[in-house]
Amino acid sequence: MTIRACLGLMILLLFSSTISTALFEDQVGLADWHQKYIGKVKHAIFHTQKTGRKRVVVSTEENVVASLDLRTGDIFWRHVLGEIDRIDQVDITLGKYVVTLSSGGSILRAWNLPDGQMIWESILQVSAPSKSLLHVPANMNVGKDNLILVFGGSSIHALSSTDGQIVWRKELSTNSLEIQQVFQPHDSDIIYALGFIGSSEFVAYYVNYKTGEVLQQSKASFKSGFCGEASLASDDVIVALDASRTYLVSISFRNGVINFQQIYIPDLIPEFFGKATLLPSKYNGILAVDIASSIVLLRVKGVNELEIIEKIIHPSAISDSLPLSKEQQAFAILQHDESRIHFKVKFDTDLTSEVLKETIQMDGQRGNVEKVFINNYIRTDRTHGFRVLVVMEDHSLLLVQQGEIVWSREDGLASIVDSTTSELPVEKEGVSVAEVEHSLFEWLKGHFLKLKGTLMLASPDEVAAIQAIRLKSFEKNKMTRDHNGFRKLIIVLTRAGKVLALHTGDGRIVWSVLLPVLRKSETCGNPFALNVYQWQVPHHHAMHENPSVLVVGRCGHNFDAPGIFSIVDAYTGKVHNSLVLEHSVRHIMPLPLTDSTEQHLHIVIDNNLHAHLYPKTSDSVKIFLDEMPNIYWYSVEVGKNIIKGYSLEIKGELDMAENVFQPKELWSIVFPSKSETIALTATRKMNEIVHTQAKIIADQDVMYKYISKNILFVATVAPKASGEIGSATPEEAWLYAYLIDTVSGRILHRVAHQGAQGPIHAVVSENWVVYHYFNLRAHRHEMSVIEIYDQSREDNKDVWKLVLGKHNLTTPISSYSKPDVTVKSQSYFFTHSVKSMAVTATAKGITSKQLLIGTIGDQVLALDKRFLDPRRSVNPTQSEKEEGIIPLTDSLPVVPQSYVTHALQVEGLRGIVTTPAKLESTTLVFSYGVDLFFTRIAPSRTYDSLTEDFSYALLLLTIVALVAALLVTWALSEKKELREKWR
Amino acid sequence: MKLALLLFLVLVSNFLPSSLAAPSSSGDGYAITGRVKVEGMTSKGFGASSKLLNAKIILNGGQNVTFVRADGYFTFHNVPAGTHLIEVAALGYFFSPVRVDISARFPGKIQAALTENRKALHELILEPLREEQYYELREPFSIMSFLKSPMGLMMGFMLLVIFVMPKLVENMDPEEIRRAQEEMRTNFLPRSS
Repeated sequence: MTIRACLGLMILLLFSSTISTALFEDQVGLADWHQKYIGKVKHAIFHTQKTGRKRVVVSTEENVVASLDLRTGDIFWRHVLGEIDRIDQVDITLGKYVVTLSSGGSILRAWNLPDGQMIWESILQVSAPSKSLLHVPANMNVGKDNLILVFGGSSIHALSSTDGQIVWRKELSTNSLEIQQVFQPHDSDIIYALGFIGSSEFVAYYVNYKTGEVLQQSKASFKSGFCGEASLASDDVIVALDASRTYLVSISFRNGVINFQQIYIPDLIPEFFGKATLLPSKYNGILAVDIASSIVLLRVKGVNELEIIEKIIHPSAISDSLPLSKEQQAFAILQHDESRIHFKVKFDTDLTSEVLKETIQMDGQRGNVEKVFINNYIRTDRTHGFRVLVVMEDHSLLLVQQGEIVWSREDGLASIVDSTTSELPVEKEGVSVAEVEHSLFEWLKGHFLKLKGTLMLASPDEVAAIQAIRLKSFEKNKMTRDHNGFRKLIIVLTRAGKVLALHTGDGRIVWSVLLPVLRKSETCGNPFALNVYQWQVPHHHAMHENPSVLVVGRCGHNFDAPGIFSIVDAYTGKVHNSLVLEHSVRHIMPLPLTDSTEQHLHIVIDNNLHAHLYPKTSDSVKIFLDEMPNIYWYSVEVGKNIIKGYSLEIKGELDMAENVFQPKELWSIVFPSKSETIALTATRKMNEIVHTQAKIIADQDVMYKYISKNILFVATVAPKASGEIGSATPEEAWLYAYLIDTVSGRILHRVAHQGAQGPIHAVVSENWVVYHYFNLRAHRHEMSVIEIYDQSREDNKDVWKLVLGKHNLTTPISSYSKPDVTVKSQSYFFTHSVKSMAVTATAKGITSKQLLIGTIGDQVLALDKRFLDPRRSVNPTQSEKEEGIIPLTDSLPVVPQSYVTHALQVEGLRGIVTTPAKLESTTLVFSYGVDLFFTRIAPSRTYDSLTEDFSYALLLLTIVALVAALLVTWALSEKKELREKWR
Repeated sequence: MKLALLLFLVLVSNFLPSSLAAPSSSGDGYAITGRVKVEGMTSKGFGASSKLLNAKIILNGGQNVTFVRADGYFTFHNVPAGTHLIEVAALGYFFSPVRVDISARFPGKIQAALTENRKALHELILEPLREEQYYELREPFSIMSFLKSPMGLMMGFMLLVIFVMPKLVENMDPEEIRRAQEEMRTNFLPRSS
């Protein structure tokens, strides 16, 4: 009896001492890692004054403006601008403010250079967003209030650089004026603005810098038209390309008199064919023309005279000019030579010789040089030294100085397109004894340190040592599979067409490969990375083989462009096979089938809705033909508001070499386009595992979940309310949520939310859907849950029926049979806007689920599914409370401790991916955007293993203490017994 | 001086509760100007903590994004008349989204209310509802927490068995003890022999 009471007490104590799922501050970095990126650099401005830190300010394609440390490449500060607020140009003014021009030349912002604080923001009135130019006069006397000129639309704005006030504004032309070049001759108050009106008229303005007065204006039209590129050759000559890009047009505009001179490029460069591009540069009398095979440097001797100075064979890149003095400018040329890059610096005064010539060894997986930015420094012997910032084809950023790569940033990871995971290799047998002993000693030492830490006996040095041990744990970074399945490779595909494998332990790059088929080539001008799938996951008999992934791309952005396949080894990054397909790629369906070599079967649907089977082997066809009658698929045509369901059929004889199957339309759902437009579709994850169909509810009752892999969630909104929040009134907005069976096309459920609009985010899992939308009536975000239960199994609860065999447990579940379902749903308010949503996934599906919500603040919030239980009521009964039903509240709680990203942000968050670990309680979470963040979470706590915090030393100590106590009591009892016997 | 000016501004907006914004001179929309205020922030800036350095102000779930100036002010330009939502994303603080109504009938008349608690704002000064603590606080070592840990429980249980069990035995009927001892002896006999 007493023992039972004791046990009861113990269990009670155990449960009362439950550890929260939240992190302690010193646990940061144990299971998670965070990497900051900026994206592919578009512009770079150096700030290398003698005093203070040397920086480079960059703006990127991910819409980031950032200040980097020139010594290490670390980020000092960074801002991610809004999605539609594209950065056009960036510059530094007054030596202390970074100025960014964005939104098609209509927003100008100044940021404090040291810390990134926004100083001022000005809105410029631009008639139409167009190419815009920012001109910050390079005035040496900083004390003067410099004006910043912005040319955009057809007007000029002059703003004070200290406070952003508009000093003057001038409308130049009513027509579509595009200013191409702006320059200010030294020590003059006149600004020259040169541009094109329409496509055939050249115009030159002379504007007073102080007042904005147009001093002189001259126009002339050129009959064959311009293509819109021009490069300033000297103070009075500009060279443009004509509309066909085969003639160079040199335009002189001295004293307002415009003269055109045409030069046929093949006359100048005999090997020229195709189309030329002018490289934007500002050299004194030098012009850089990009023809297909090389960059040609031309000297402009007069209006009519051009002379070839040098041909730089591609792949190569050339930098902008860097003024060193009034007369002298320098520029850099980078040229590839297999794995090396030749880096040359030349002065424009002497083009025949090189000031600097260095050779750099380059990693072959970075591709070609795309952009070069040059900067100089004064060496100790007072000569000029040069460093260049290089943007590579894979979007990485390198700083090259003195023939070496000083630092590099893998900024392609800021634009991840898709990701998958791969298991690591199994640990090989035969670990040396010494290693074990060493690690055992280390292990014990670590634990004693930890114990000291928990007992608050450790000195600050020891605390630091403890933290270091925890972070650098050898265990978590091993390149082998672990028992818990925490160590994996995350294989990501970036927009640049690079595939990288990241280790889940510390986020390091294990291998990377720039896929040759996803690089620009003659056959494929504009390749485009789409997805990455698991291709071969060997286990059982093929254990010695490495797994591989399938990377899918497309040649160009159109749906009818041919597809690209590439199969990459998941352990080494070796490209096994890559091909450009003969058909387009519209959908890819990984099938749950494998062939004899454990390659996953994939169906590719092309733009004509033909299905192609991969891998193209007779073995896979045989397996596929057996399963073909069970394969159904659907297509969502958002523009047409139609969802169609198909099966596959063979028309005529099956060509074994081609493996093409025809679609057979089974059903279609047409949404009335006057009242509804498809806003979002969502399905369950293919590989999701559900532990049980039964859900035991209060009073030992059972509910049967309606679990079907074929559920499609579709949300439609009113066409008027399909825009952003604030564009529609509650009366004209509504949202319909549908649950559709994709085999039969049957609408299982449909619900209307009046006064609701998008953006919608949804997650489908097991038998439920959670979706997030905006409620215009309450003007708050809302989240709704729909759960479906199978009614046809309801009778099975009767024991007598089971005994008598009248149950229907043996009838197969089929999408064809008319489902008898009930639906429960509920809605709650949610505070934040949502960028992305996901749900946790565990190995066996036993652990309860958490929703992972990527909020507008770029954090990831874990929200227990129990909060989104449609059976929540205001006053749950005692039995319901026991079941774990939370009393109903109108809004969902946002508990700061349940942010999985804790005090970090995943800037520009785009996706959250969950992968089950082998340990049932744990899910691996990878979220990506401009930043990357990885962690593992346990939605119901780690009930199946000891936490990292578990103190083995304390356990040992306890055991020792217990043994000691045992010995003492034994001795005592012996003594007592002896005494008894003597008595 | 600056403080006085600020006070004056606040007073003015108290008299005209809806004079939060004026129709901006440019474009077809209105400008919404507001201020983010965090305790401990001086009128000059955010002080040493500079927690709000990366604060973003988001209009309508990402349609427009702007940043906070050193004095806490922010402005959205060219916002059309209608009902809008402003969110503040600042790490370490919990801000309620704000519903902002720009009247089409009375140009420039703007009303604002917090959506979390429906509190109307007389002026667009956004203050965090609370500071957010993302980490669990580690409690200092205490006897209680040790006792609650599995090892503590184990120790406790052992001690209980060692000290309380003999007491229980003592309380038992001496007859019964003898009988039990007898039984044990008979059980042990075959082994000892």
